[in-house]
Amino acid sequence: MSATTRKSLHPGLNLGEEHGDDHLEAETSVFGFWVFMMSDLVTFGMFFIIFASTAPLACCPGPKELFDLGSVAWQTAFLLASSLTSGMAVLTLKQEHGSRNATTKNLVFWLLLTALLGCGFLYREISDFISMAAAGAPPTRSGYLTALWSLVGLHGLHVTGGIIWCLVIVAGVLVRGVDLRWKLALLRWSVFWHFLDVVWIAIFSFVFLGGLL
Amino acid sequence: MIDPPIILAVADSFLQPMGPVAAEQLRHLKTVTLLTLIAVVPVMVATPWILWRYRRSKPRGMYRPNWESNPILEWLMWGVPVLVVALMGVSLTIMTFRLDPYKELGKDPLQIKVIGLDWKWIFIYPDEGVALVDELVVPEGRAVELTLTTDTVMQSLQISAIVGQIYAMPAMTTKLNFIAAKQGEAQGMNTQFTGNGFWKQKFQVFSVSEEEFAARMKKAQSSDLALTADTYAILAMQGTSEEAKKPLGIENRKGPLEMVLGDPKIFQRVLARYMVEDMTPESQPGSPSYDPKKSPLPPASDKPMMGMEM
Amino acid sequence: MFEALFGRLTWDSIILVQAVEEPNINTLITAGAAAMMPVGGVMIVALLTWMKWWKPLFEWLTSVDHKKIGTMYIIFAVIMLFRGVVEGILMRTNQAVALNGGFLSSDHFNQLFTTHGTNMIFFVAMPFLIGLINVVVPLQIGARDVAFPKLNQISLGLTAAGGFLFMISLMVGEFSTGGWTSYPSFTGRLINPGVGPDYYILAVGISGIGSTLTGVNFAVTIYKMRTAGMNFMMMPLFTWTALCTSILLIFAMPPLTACCLMLGLDRFLGFHFFTNDMGGNLMNFINLFWMFGHPEVYILVLPAFGVMSEIASTFSGKRLYGYTGIVAATMCIAVLSFMVWLHHFFTMGQSATVNAAFGVATLLIAIPTGVKIYDWLATLWGGRIRFTAPMIYLCGFFVLFTIGGLSGVILASPTLDYQLHNSLFLVAHFHNVIIPGVLFGILAGIHIWFPKIYGFRLMESYARITAFLWAIGFSLAFLPLYQVGMMGMTRRTVAYEDPALVPWMVVSGVGALILGLAFLFVLLTIFFSVLNRKKLAVPFGDPWDGRTLEWWTPAPAPEWNFAVLPKVDCRDAFADAKEKGAAYQPIEKYEDIEMPGNTYYGLIIAALASGLGFGLVWYMWWLAIVCFLGCIVTVITYAFLPQRKIIIPAAEVREIDEAWRRAAREGMGITRDDESNEANKGLARPDILPNP
Repeated sequence: MSATTRKSLHPGLNLGEEHGDDHLEAETSVFGFWVFMMSDLVTFGMFFIIFASTAPLACCPGPKELFDLGSVAWQTAFLLASSLTSGMAVLTLKQEHGSRNATTKNLVFWLLLTALLGCGFLYREISDFISMAAAGAPPTRSGYLTALWSLVGLHGLHVTGGIIWCLVIVAGVLVRGVDLRWKLALLRWSVFWHFLDVVWIAIFSFVFLGGLL
Repeated sequence: MIDPPIILAVADSFLQPMGPVAAEQLRHLKTVTLLTLIAVVPVMVATPWILWRYRRSKPRGMYRPNWESNPILEWLMWGVPVLVVALMGVSLTIMTFRLDPYKELGKDPLQIKVIGLDWKWIFIYPDEGVALVDELVVPEGRAVELTLTTDTVMQSLQISAIVGQIYAMPAMTTKLNFIAAKQGEAQGMNTQFTGNGFWKQKFQVFSVSEEEFAARMKKAQSSDLALTADTYAILAMQGTSEEAKKPLGIENRKGPLEMVLGDPKIFQRVLARYMVEDMTPESQPGSPSYDPKKSPLPPASDKPMMGMEM
Repeated sequence: MFEALFGRLTWDSIILVQAVEEPNINTLITAGAAAMMPVGGVMIVALLTWMKWWKPLFEWLTSVDHKKIGTMYIIFAVIMLFRGVVEGILMRTNQAVALNGGFLSSDHFNQLFTTHGTNMIFFVAMPFLIGLINVVVPLQIGARDVAFPKLNQISLGLTAAGGFLFMISLMVGEFSTGGWTSYPSFTGRLINPGVGPDYYILAVGISGIGSTLTGVNFAVTIYKMRTAGMNFMMMPLFTWTALCTSILLIFAMPPLTACCLMLGLDRFLGFHFFTNDMGGNLMNFINLFWMFGHPEVYILVLPAFGVMSEIASTFSGKRLYGYTGIVAATMCIAVLSFMVWLHHFFTMGQSATVNAAFGVATLLIAIPTGVKIYDWLATLWGGRIRFTAPMIYLCGFFVLFTIGGLSGVILASPTLDYQLHNSLFLVAHFHNVIIPGVLFGILAGIHIWFPKIYGFRLMESYARITAFLWAIGFSLAFLPLYQVGMMGMTRRTVAYEDPALVPWMVVSGVGALILGLAFLFVLLTIFFSVLNRKKLAVPFGDPWDGRTLEWWTPAPAPEWNFAVLPKVDCRDAFADAKEKGAAYQPIEKYEDIEMPGNTYYGLIIAALASGLGFGLVWYMWWLAIVCFLGCIVTVITYAFLPQRKIIIPAAEVREIDEAWRRAAREGMGITRDDESNEANKGLARPDILPNP
């Protein structure tokens, strides 16, 4: 089981042999991050289960009054697009940064675009939360609203963290160059970012669409 | 475990059952124990024997340092536990269904509604129109169905000699069905920790003849105390039923509190209070700032409960 | 201004002030216990200064070496075990005299049972086991360190932060009274608005994150860093159980983190996760908690089972019987452990169908557990059994743990659980599986691997007495509780009214005192062993004629573990090499070894997490925000700082390693007859044993 004869050392996009030793070093680091993501998935799962066990109360505004499907569609568009741009960033990393000589221009472009789209997502989501609170549906109102705000909010907090992480990586590659550490950080961050997309699809389906059915 | 001698046993455990449910539980305990001993006894026997036979200082068996597998032994090791577990699984399933606390044990069981508080139990007899505190009177041989809730935190009502326990929770109901097969007294208690007075949250169960039962109900119906929203709010103050006598104005009365059921819908109102609006530290019984004057119950409604019904 | 700075902290929150204002037996006991902390702290500072041990101390605290981190986990656990044993003794002696009231107040007793359980699970058992896994697993798989050494240090730091919060609650404020299970709505903000449940949420939540990260770390280490040639079926059993434990940690800790977070949101922000009103549902907490709680008990017992496997083969001089079966059984237990959580609340009112399903699932777990016990007995069969302290623990385990298994099967039946749930029968059951199972495994494991870290054995005589004291103390303290539970007595009661219970309670109280004596003997064992360390030294590194890779290094093991990473082609590769006479052959080529350097990362996170927790508990929002932001800044900063590495030149490695190998080749070594005396220098000679 020689490492150099296996192209794929960990799930997801691998750096590939052009990256030499960096490709080998990525195995443990990225695999470990996937494992960590499994635990995060379980955490989200718990919030999903709690949400599934609640039902809107008659006394308070419910999904029909509160959910703005147009806004949710925008959020989905922003997030899915950002997943695409994050994939472009990693492809750029793989194809352009096998040696240490390439310019970081393209990489930084895709990363900043991803962060921007993520901010678009957050802007719409926070606006929605504010209008829900104004409509008399803050999280302190009922079990259903608590679960709704917490599940969607937990995801939003993860997105916020992902944007900050993205900007730190931009700073890192600009200041330190695209060396092993920042390559690994980028690979891990992209797993995280795609994961957030997957969780959003579940939220979008079960919480928003499901709530309106 | 062996049945303890009478001097050590207490009539408050299922080791001396006072009803069919507890009696079947005791029989099941013996079945399960015997079956499991099939798997356990070999370990108890083998351990000292192997230590004696294979000790290094004076061994009596052959040294086989590389012996690591034997197919017959594997079949036994896995097979016997599987068989024992299969038998026990069947027994467990049958008994779980047979002794389901929600299963009525007779036609038209006596309905009693129970509200758990810190640290007392209120037993409401809706058909007889009475409410007893920390006292459960049932006619011997008659099926009884308790419907339970609490107005503070999760509690667990247990009558060991007769039936075992069931959790009781705020804003929800659970049920416990039993029969007291013979006349006598048993102790009941709360087994789910509720705070400083938890160890005192006990009550007496009286299994009496039908005539005696009717007489006790009649006595309670003519009590000068009534269970209304106001007296209930006082009862919901933290303390045992003895400690509740002072704020109710009957400090020197002896014996358990027996009341007429002033408000027949009080059980439903207690359940419903959690769906109307946020409870506050003043309105929530069991809270350190609970104030009986600031803890109104909502009016009775005929709508079905929107919370969880178990 | 004062309130903004100190939140809800006042002078009266400090126990020493309370003891002065209101001296009674409860405040005095608590104040005395709390006072041990500053007094102990001052004594330690004095000792460190006098012996000039500050620099070595910080070398340890900033180390990322798995052996040091593991040792620090274990030292932490021993200190917390002291508190846990004292709490247990207080409760059992109180109950011995508690007919109609004992010497403890209700509130004090309630805090005691809560802190005892919380402490023993999160700050004693888990750190002990994670510590053992840390010390042993990289050595057993032939690796230099774990996959993520800095993360390892952070895990330790988070556990210590949780421990700090737990301990400071003794001095400032009070701990929760809701039990280690912390059920709402009792722990909700309406019923218990004080600091107690908040301390619980933060201590448990913060250390829980550390444990999750440990799980990730060891799963990746075992998956990716096994030495060349070692496939899964060649791993030692302790490593197998460590792998399964890691998987359990990864999947079972998140529910705990989630329900602590949710309860925290309820308490701090008025959310309705588990409230009585407006659609909150306390049953959700119970489900989430036990989705963590059941796998948790297997997290505790699986590594102990791993130690039992090691004891059974090493101290009977035999291969392990049924390796494949034990591996299969371990994996079955790991998987099944996620399917039985409902048996912790059979009485919550579910339908008979649901209860029966989970009851049957619980019975199923008994099968692989039983098989493992039979496999260990079969391992002893055909062996030459040596009655070292670990073997005494193993035998105590056989006899006593099995009783706990019996009581577990009894409780698995919903019918019986309706009677025995929340009674002292339940308390007896879980102590019955934790003490002869988990604790015996831990103590035996420490005895076995202590020489690998420190280079000298523990004194056999003291260790054997310790083992017997634990077994006797446990039996007296807990076996009577089975009877008392069947007689109807419930748990968590400060007092009782039935005189028939008294004789059993008194026996139990005496047992608790013997357990205290057993703990004292643990300390004495260590103390006298340190005193006699020259006589007990085992520099060649193989004191027990071991079979697995960790014994193929000198003792104490060098920082880099193996001078050259071994290549293996079978199970028990070291035993195989010894049999062929090829254990200490010279090595031709040595290379430079690169090891990660020291870092303050974990220490900083530990301090910030402690501050975050303390600030949240006392509503000192400025402190919480500063510490939270500090954590983020720390993480980002370390991403930019250069990673320190230490290079050990090949010449240095060659010199140390060659000397060891040459001395081993030329040395006489001992047979097992001399294992427990001075002649044992850690070099084994083949045991030629006559047959009867």
